[in-house]
Amino acid sequence: MIKIENLHKSYPMGKDSLHVLKGLNLHIKEGEFVSIMGSSGSGKSTLLNIVGLLDVHDEGNYYLNGQLIENLDEKKAAVLRNKFLGFVFQSFNLITYKTALENVALPLYYKGVGRKERQKTALEYLEKVGLKDWAGHLPSELSGGQKQRVAIARALVTQPKVVLADEPTGALDSTTSNSVMEMLKEINREGMTVFVITHEEEIAEETDRIVRLKDGVIISDELTNKKATV
Amino acid sequence: MKLFDRDLWREVFSTLTKNITRTILTTLGVLFAVIILIMLLGTTNGMKNGFDKLFKGTATNSIFVWGQSTGKPYKGFERGRRVKYTFDDIKLLKENIKEIESISPRIQLGNYEGVSVVTRKGQSSGSSVYGDFPSIDDFAKKNLEEGRFLNQNDIENSRKICVIGDDVYKLLYKKEENAIGTYIEINGVYFQVVGVYRKNKNVSFDGQNTVHIPFTTYQKAFNSGNRIGWMAITVKSKYDAGIVLAKIKKLLKLKHDIHPKDTRGIGSFNLSEIFSGINAFTMVLQGFSFFIGIFTLLAGVIAISNILLITVKERTKEIGIRRALGATPKMIKRQIILEAIVLTVFSGLLGFVISVAGLSYLDSKFGDGTDFPFLNPSVSFTQLIVSFTLMLLLSLLVGLIPARKAVKMKPIEALREE
Ligand SMILES: Nc1ncnc2c1ncn2[C@@H]1O[C@H](COP(=O)(O)OP(=O)(O)OP(=O)(O)O)[C@@H](O)[C@H]1O
Ligand SMILES: [Mg+2]
Repeated sequence: MIKIENLHKSYPMGKDSLHVLKGLNLHIKEGEFVSIMGSSGSGKSTLLNIVGLLDVHDEGNYYLNGQLIENLDEKKAAVLRNKFLGFVFQSFNLITYKTALENVALPLYYKGVGRKERQKTALEYLEKVGLKDWAGHLPSELSGGQKQRVAIARALVTQPKVVLADEPTGALDSTTSNSVMEMLKEINREGMTVFVITHEEEIAEETDRIVRLKDGVIISDELTNKKATV
Repeated sequence: MKLFDRDLWREVFSTLTKNITRTILTTLGVLFAVIILIMLLGTTNGMKNGFDKLFKGTATNSIFVWGQSTGKPYKGFERGRRVKYTFDDIKLLKENIKEIESISPRIQLGNYEGVSVVTRKGQSSGSSVYGDFPSIDDFAKKNLEEGRFLNQNDIENSRKICVIGDDVYKLLYKKEENAIGTYIEINGVYFQVVGVYRKNKNVSFDGQNTVHIPFTTYQKAFNSGNRIGWMAITVKSKYDAGIVLAKIKKLLKLKHDIHPKDTRGIGSFNLSEIFSGINAFTMVLQGFSFFIGIFTLLAGVIAISNILLITVKERTKEIGIRRALGATPKMIKRQIILEAIVLTVFSGLLGFVISVAGLSYLDSKFGDGTDFPFLNPSVSFTQLIVSFTLMLLLSLLVGLIPARKAVKMKPIEALREE
């Protein structure tokens, strides 16, 4: 599903540039549940953004669903994101003036799905995350955990192949974190590839595979006990 | 995805209505610009209409020709000879100059600018007394208070009747006294009054201290024979009165043995010159206000674009989110351009309505044009269409600027914006 070979990424810093990713190799197969760990500034978000086609890499190859990502114009990238990828962000990134339902329906709008169908599907997914009764509420009327569940519903509504989550529980307390993780696990059980960044060992332990980054290189990549024992 | 996608419009309207303060602020710029443009255009149109009304009933393409003393000796004649016209001159002009539409001769009692004594029941006035044809009324229509003006029947039967101005009436009659049917005396001849006129709102050449009698009556009563005093000539509207006047002068000089270079022998007045001056004035005024209006409009639309640009900054994160969810640059651009168009069209239409209402208020307040040449201030359909198209084009153009900016950055940069 995701295949990365010798990936490099630098950010220009004035005259110099900051070399953030230094030759990563990573292969994530369809249906895997992978977490990335690493200290702050190690390049986790950078990697996820490249995988999510929100940013571009400098060197190396990236294959998404078998397709080489190269010289992608923004239009094609947008279509691929819409088709294959779902995002969950630490800061939720809901559109403030849209209701929960409208937020969830938005990716379907960009997919070109008709209005009635959009409403119906969006409501189904809200129900799935347990927020059917909150469909007409604005994000400002929701708690952090509820917001993140809306965001998850939005990430899932187009039935993407991969869900990318950058510290989805970073802004949540431990009980809400657990319910969000349960949701991600549930998604994964349904066959979706889930790729999540986290700082917390307990969270990472919930996944099947942990990739550890340090200073832009992968220092370890192993299956969790959970997976290994199954 | 088409431009007339209902979902796109719904998205645009929901964005605009859910950010209502922003929308209202944005609208104000164009609103005021349109109001200023339309009010400017409307009031200048009102002034033009006012002038038009002022000169209604006045034959604008007309010239007046009279005889004066010559300024140069010629063909054995001394200078200072008085040039006098007769009906032969009218015939000559009509036969030779096809641009002439009509000629109305007039003859005046007494010497030039002189007044004659008019009496009634011991009261007397010093008034101008004219022998006229009915057609003289085409040059500057009389505002008849009572009765009628001279007619063809009066001419044919040389009836001893007259039409008087209300200054004459005031001098000869008591207040509220009925003048129609009474007689006044001029140089021992009695004339029955058939009409009284007062000052009109339009142009008046004769004033009100005037007595008009039929030309033929004048000829008989005062024994003027074939003589005429001066000629009021209307020129067919497609010809230039100035050129026709030159032809007339040339012909008359030849006939009356006046030196071709003599500027004095023939007196003339070209009314059309004055009117073209006024027309040019209102046209310049109209052009000027259109010019100002367009620039005000431009300023308004630029204001919209600026606000959209600011909101793009404000909305960068939102646009980042939309792009992460799969919006292509084209979709984003289309939405922002459409927002700009909807805003401009909405505020433009609102501005049109408000300013048209304002104009009709002005009309009801000053529109009768009594003291001030101002009538029916309104904008023409063409002016509306032109300004509207212009507004749309401008809004399209300025919608593009923020739209381009909105999609230029990488989605991740937009997302990182706080
Ligand atoms: N747009 C950017 N411009 C310049 N430098 C950047 C940019 N984005 C990230 N960096 C730098 O790249 C390095 C890696 O950043 P990244 O966000 O990938 O770290 P991270 O592992 O996600 O950290 P955290 O756990 O704090 O989120 C950091 O040193 C950061 O300062
Ligand atoms: Mg990060």
